[in-house]
Amino acid sequence: MSSLIENIVACPGCDLLQSIPALPPGGKARCSRCGHMIAVSKPNSLERTLAITVAAAITLVVANTAPLMGISAVGRHVSTTILGGVLEMWSQGQEITALLVAFCAIIAPTAYIGLMLVILLAVRQSPAPAWVGKCMRMAELSQPWGMAEVMMLGILVALIKIGELATLVLGAGIFAVGALIILIAAMTVSFDRHEVWTRVRWAEEELQKMAASAELTDMGRIGP
Amino acid sequence: MSTDVPTGIKSGFVLCEVCGLLTRPANIHEPGHCPRCGGELEIRHQNAIQRTWALIIAAAICYIPANIMPVMITSTLTSVEGDTIISGAVLLYKYGSWHLALIVLIASVMIPLAKLAALAYLLITVQRGSIRDQRERTRLYRLVEFVGRWSMLDIFVVTFVVALIQLQPLMSVKPGLGSLFFASVVVLTMIAAETFDPRLIWDSSNCKEEQNG
Repeated sequence: MSSLIENIVACPGCDLLQSIPALPPGGKARCSRCGHMIAVSKPNSLERTLAITVAAAITLVVANTAPLMGISAVGRHVSTTILGGVLEMWSQGQEITALLVAFCAIIAPTAYIGLMLVILLAVRQSPAPAWVGKCMRMAELSQPWGMAEVMMLGILVALIKIGELATLVLGAGIFAVGALIILIAAMTVSFDRHEVWTRVRWAEEELQKMAASAELTDMGRIGP
Repeated sequence: MSTDVPTGIKSGFVLCEVCGLLTRPANIHEPGHCPRCGGELEIRHQNAIQRTWALIIAAAICYIPANIMPVMITSTLTSVEGDTIISGAVLLYKYGSWHLALIVLIASVMIPLAKLAALAYLLITVQRGSIRDQRERTRLYRLVEFVGRWSMLDIFVVTFVVALIQLQPLMSVKPGLGSLFFASVVVLTMIAAETFDPRLIWDSSNCKEEQNG
């Protein structure tokens, strides 16, 4: 039925077939036609990413529970968390926008960090169960919608706008968001998705055995 | 460029977009599911051109009310005033932070417009089967993909200003309908960028080479 090839890749950017050379630690391979990154060697990736992800999970809790900032004006003090902003948008009649903010600022980052934790813990045993694949898929879907860094800039602009009107008090949350941005970026950089996929048990196990016994009958047809 | 470039589609191979496994399905036009991750295999994104067009046209329509309608409505004891995205940026400039005003203008006005223009350009060149500047066009696509999220900036600004300025009856801020349209533009263009398939940029050169060879 199908034949499978491990070291040859069709570039996701332009579909060119090419073989991935043996990479030195930290080495990168780019598509020879369109320049898309097709392989990166990341030594010790999974251990390192797990450590960063645990830190990110803790920071995420602080970023979502501690107040970001508050204002004092006319004898009153108002402070807000991320969720507080969402709820205010909702109660002021912009429910859809509120949901989108909740999705990009809370749900997507939480899903990404949570799924990454599950994935990284599950692949410590090899072969990892097949549901890790589903988690990988969801993590990669949620990743572009997590917008901690955009939110941070949004908070800064909001601070400037409000600073004209009232005295501002920065909360712990805003520093946690700053740390979270760095940690999420570090997770993405150190994570080797290819390594995870080589450890996951396949949906169709007979084919995995076939691939493992390296029946690469079609190698000659493609060439390097 | 050599006349015989081996591509997946020509050699009957499909790359799984989820897990990156290369397989050779029995029938390239109905590749079925990936044996490793079980995800659906697609030789190219389905109806990528039509779907991307539909999404960017919808986004372009939403872009107009997003810029005309107020995103924030400020009520004080004496007045009720609406702020559009552009007037918000002008206000920032008046407060003396011209660099933030510039960032807001770029993120909220220029990036969505540039994204729409870039995607339309990519679609038109793909439809015409252009083989020029393929590398540059691929790079443009990557840029559109990367930069799109920053348009959410103004939505976050509105959220946090609204959350804090609730000093009724002295002063309060409400989100306006413009923010909904603006959020729609951001979401639609982000989905449009995902729907487009950059491999289409290179497919026309494969066809041309086949015709010439």
